Amino acid sequence: MRSLFRFLLRNYFLMMFLALEAISLSLMVSFNNYQRVTFFNSSNNIVGDVYQRFSTMDDYFSLGRTNARLAAENASLRKQLQFRIMNQVKYPINRPDTVDAPAYIFTSAKVINNSTNKQFNYITLNKGSRQGIKPDMGIISADGVVGVITNVSPNYSTGLSLLNKRFSISAKITNNNYSGSLVWDGEHYNMAELKEIPFHVIVNVGDSVVTSENSGIFPEGIMIGKITKFDVESGTNFYNIKVELSTNFKTLKYIEVVQNTKSAELKKLESNNVGE
Amino acid sequence: MIKGLGKYVIMFVVLVLVQVLILNNIQFSGLINPYVYILFILLLPFTIPGYLLLGLAFLLGISMDIFNNTPGIHAGATVLLGFLRPGIARLISSREVIEKGSTPNMTQLGFASFLKYTVIAVLIHHLFLFYAEAFSFGGFFETFIRYILSSIFSILIILGSQFIVFKN
Repeated sequence: MRSLFRFLLRNYFLMMFLALEAISLSLMVSFNNYQRVTFFNSSNNIVGDVYQRFSTMDDYFSLGRTNARLAAENASLRKQLQFRIMNQVKYPINRPDTVDAPAYIFTSAKVINNSTNKQFNYITLNKGSRQGIKPDMGIISADGVVGVITNVSPNYSTGLSLLNKRFSISAKITNNNYSGSLVWDGEHYNMAELKEIPFHVIVNVGDSVVTSENSGIFPEGIMIGKITKFDVESGTNFYNIKVELSTNFKTLKYIEVVQNTKSAELKKLESNNVGE
Repeated sequence: MIKGLGKYVIMFVVLVLVQVLILNNIQFSGLINPYVYILFILLLPFTIPGYLLLGLAFLLGISMDIFNNTPGIHAGATVLLGFLRPGIARLISSREVIEKGSTPNMTQLGFASFLKYTVIAVLIHHLFLFYAEAFSFGGFFETFIRYILSSIFSILIILGSQFIVFKN
């Protein structure tokens, strides 16, 4: 026993190195297994506060660009509104239709930290559980899909960005309604891959890719990007489709968090099918 | 000693903030991300006891991990660097300089030795970091390019910082 102690004491540098390295490794592995280690991420209050302060300072430099973008979004929303009003005049609805009751609630928030150059990119927002943000809510911007919330603290939240190899989303091609799953290609901050589209489907360069109705997180039809290239891998029956993302992740500032108010009901219903 | 302690605390905070707020936002073609915060480990005095060296390295790594949402990856890399630092120091410097208890900065070591010291340290640290981040050897060459380019930038910035900030 004593010689063991003497051995440990003499080699304490090596032992301490191995111990700390083991701690790091276990953190890495437990994190990779879908992280719920809430302390070790930037949704924790101190870190969120640092990012928040820096972000408010940084905002002044991008005011012009932000204004232009908001104005553009306003214009496009107004156009849609006009279309609605026109339709209503044509087909007046006297009674509110409960089938169309909004299933989604949007909360605006600001990106206070965001990366694009890692293999697993995350995004930190300035709103948290006090503002009604919960894990598994979707994040969208005026241009398209951004990501999904994974961790929440009282005032901040973090989420997987679309530029994260663990992120995948159910997407469809607008022209033919075929849906597949969309994942990041891991290389370019503006490119993703659409998989599982069978090769008898006709695909064109320039077709829009949007969220499909069965994601459960995002409303149907939120823009994701446009097809830039496609080919068929030899030996498979599926296309290999490259999609250029419509969201610019490098200049991301203002986003909206989407809550599906019917998701609990949906999940409960669908869980009945498990095991069949 | 107390005065030295204050200096190192400030250096720790400044380097972490510079890293997360400025350097992590530098993105040339999405490939390059210099990690300069390891300068803190490089500049600890030669005579620092081993437990303190490893402890501080771990603390620095964990701080970076919390900011970057990468539990364990930075900590693993900095602890490895802390463990190998005495060896690197022996490799690039004479016994007298190490035993005199000087700080391994450019004025003490001279340009050539400090360059060697920085290059070895950055290459070791970044190698661990980039491959642990990719978490596999898939995409080996792509990761390798990111590793090499980022290393070059880290080395340049660390050397530059020696000329500008730590002149005295």
